[in-house]
Amino acid sequence: MKDFSLIIGGKAGFGIDKSGMVLAKILNRLGYYIYIYRDYPSLIRGGHTFSIIRASVKKIATHRDKVDFVLALNRETVDLHRGKLKKDCLFIYDSDQAKDIALVCGTGVSISAILKEENAPEIMRNTCIIGAFVKSAGIKREILEEVLRKEIPRDIELNLKVAFKGYEQAQELIKIEPLCSDPMPLISGNEAMGLGLVKAGLSAYLAYPMTPSSPLLHFLAELSEKYPLKVIHPESEISVALMALGFSSMGLKAAVGTSGGGFCLMTEGVSFSGMSELPVVFIVGQRPGPSTGLPTYSAQTELNFVMSAGQGEFPRLVTAPGDAEEAYYWAGMSLNLAWKYQLPAFILSDKNMGEGVYSFDINSAGNIGEEPALKWGGAGEYKRYALTKNGVSPLAFPPLKGQAIKINSYEHDEYGITTEESATTVMMQDKRLRKESALSKDLEKLAAVKVYGNKKSKTAILCWGSNKGVCIEAAEDSNLKVIQPLVFSPFPVKQLQKALSGVKKIISVENNATAQLAGLVKSFGFKADRNILKYDGRPFSLEELQNRIKRVLR
Amino acid sequence: MSEVNLNTYARNTWCPGCGNFAILNAFKSAINELVNDGTPLENFVLVSGIGCHAKIVDYINMNSFYSLHGRVLPPAQAVKLADPKLKIIGFAGDGDAYGEGLEHLIFAAKRNIDITMIIHNNRVYGLTTGQYTPTSPEGFRGRSTPLGTKEMPINPLELMLASGATYLARGTSHGIDLLKKLFKEAILHKGFSLVDVLQVCVTYYNMYEYYDKHVYELKDYNTGDFNQAMNKIREWDYNTEAPIALGTMYCRQADTFEDKFAALGKSGADKDKLIADFLRSAV
Repeated sequence: MKDFSLIIGGKAGFGIDKSGMVLAKILNRLGYYIYIYRDYPSLIRGGHTFSIIRASVKKIATHRDKVDFVLALNRETVDLHRGKLKKDCLFIYDSDQAKDIALVCGTGVSISAILKEENAPEIMRNTCIIGAFVKSAGIKREILEEVLRKEIPRDIELNLKVAFKGYEQAQELIKIEPLCSDPMPLISGNEAMGLGLVKAGLSAYLAYPMTPSSPLLHFLAELSEKYPLKVIHPESEISVALMALGFSSMGLKAAVGTSGGGFCLMTEGVSFSGMSELPVVFIVGQRPGPSTGLPTYSAQTELNFVMSAGQGEFPRLVTAPGDAEEAYYWAGMSLNLAWKYQLPAFILSDKNMGEGVYSFDINSAGNIGEEPALKWGGAGEYKRYALTKNGVSPLAFPPLKGQAIKINSYEHDEYGITTEESATTVMMQDKRLRKESALSKDLEKLAAVKVYGNKKSKTAILCWGSNKGVCIEAAEDSNLKVIQPLVFSPFPVKQLQKALSGVKKIISVENNATAQLAGLVKSFGFKADRNILKYDGRPFSLEELQNRIKRVLR
Repeated sequence: MSEVNLNTYARNTWCPGCGNFAILNAFKSAINELVNDGTPLENFVLVSGIGCHAKIVDYINMNSFYSLHGRVLPPAQAVKLADPKLKIIGFAGDGDAYGEGLEHLIFAAKRNIDITMIIHNNRVYGLTTGQYTPTSPEGFRGRSTPLGTKEMPINPLELMLASGATYLARGTSHGIDLLKKLFKEAILHKGFSLVDVLQVCVTYYNMYEYYDKHVYELKDYNTGDFNQAMNKIREWDYNTEAPIALGTMYCRQADTFEDKFAALGKSGADKDKLIADFLRSAV
């Protein structure tokens, strides 16, 4: 088996998420590349939750519709996912609960009875079914023990007993061959962004909890126990954005994370960042809207919003990474470029990328340095907004003897004192806008647009963000070119032009209802011929996108 | 005592007779004394909101952060957490602090973060030309409420006491010596302090005469007694005619947010090792 998927499902609160990770780590130990898609409703207990774990001999960043193994923790899982099964799929289920279901294939394990025998809590249904899976997939018992010991330190002896009983009851039905490659770190897009920010010198992270960006808050809060990172969850997103500006004014590199609704409250801070030239990185985890929308599902809905958020005119950096490596790299680069040019930077994430789990290869992600702040030389009187050729003013932070450092949200002169004078107004607006051309030049040196697939194809898939993985794989099937812009502001016109040379037909693939990327590229003179849109909150599966591309090509 | 020049070249645009001049002068005197007593001038950071009050940061040659309406405390708290040795003074109007920025005020008090808030409480919006604020009396006829407001004012000191502020005082713009004394006390107090200044807007709500008639300074008063402070604070509800106490209304020592917060992250950790360790654990 070179490419296979398993699904584990049950009620929310059953520990599906953790079990998905344990299963992924077991397959990771065998040397496979992993991608996990997590699906859960917006509630704490009850409701159907599942994870699809896909393993492959090649690097992947999407899930498939059809699964090879179903680990059903309850009846509902059996009923809901029947359609996803391959003909020869393997079903692992609690035979004590599913006696009435006629199953074509698979192995029943009397999980309820095992739990009762061992006097084990309900949550250990997970370890029991994982044990049964390991046996039926022909995986060594030692790997099961090793991973469980690492992943579930609590009550490990009882967990192992239950897992081994599940293992013993199951029958070996198939053999997943171990590969020669080394296991890799399995991390989420959120974790990758957190690591990239830390690598670039993050000192403060602020967030108000909001799906799908809360896991980044939790991750950095945990890191802050070991690392001098100030992680704060204040009273609102308004406070989040303004506190970040306060840290920035002191020379502490700050980032914030939220979703569309929280970002609405941050927009006054976005505009303030533009005016005061205080760099902040805004991570916006997109989800289906408008308004509260589908909180725990995914979408690519905020490109237009982020591109124009905040009153007035000011330069900004907007990026959308497509997988864990890009999330790591662009989080770090966003912090660096925000500081180099003293402007707000935005990273568009979404639930699929933020909460999706990937095999992560830091060596292929690209190097991130730590941008040193352009420090003031110390001669004469300090001017926070000194006019310069590229618009970037040297920085100084309090306390600085003999100097007053003045930050201002009003239009201001070079010292930072409020002005309403017409010539100064124009001069300062021009100064701020000059930074955009300098930033544009820097971006020309980076891969702001990437090309994959059949580079000679006259038909190209245009995609962005978390659709990268599924588009690359689906395009292989139809032998197409794939073009992925990673930066949207300042827009990399030249790089896109180059990527599109020879292309006669553009198909834009997006998780929204109005083809926002197609709209953006149109404003630069590139017209998408067809759009493939999906806006039900769920990501494209590989098979689904393959079919939709075929329909468009017909 | 040597005089520190705190003036800037910015032209002062407050109306003649504005109560803000009293705050500006009292504050400059307080800073002068504090600097002479040994606090380096560069260790102060002033933060203001938006409104007539906020122009004060343009008029004082000190570090400043001219923030947005209602948003004095979020950046002020961040600056304090970034460098706890700095002295942070926030200036805000009543619309700014008690209206648009009320959530931040309550949370800063609840955290007892060492910041001083000076409220230019003129009980009217000045810069937007005369609308009612959270502390305008019931029936106030402003340009947005020509028939008079139909709601009671809040008593900001009562709210702050309930929220956990550890220093509370009240002054007026007639009474510059008291203001200076209260500003100094508030700045030196370690914890969240707030001075509610009954600052008079001569153009839209001239209360000089009313305040002169009703105010009195607190004497023989125990500032550490919560219940007594609550009673004293409730003596005047910013609405009904009553004696208006001036001076320090409450003061107590308590742990501050920045001290507790500083105990979290360990400095000197290597980020590359942190990343490598995490990735190893994620295999």
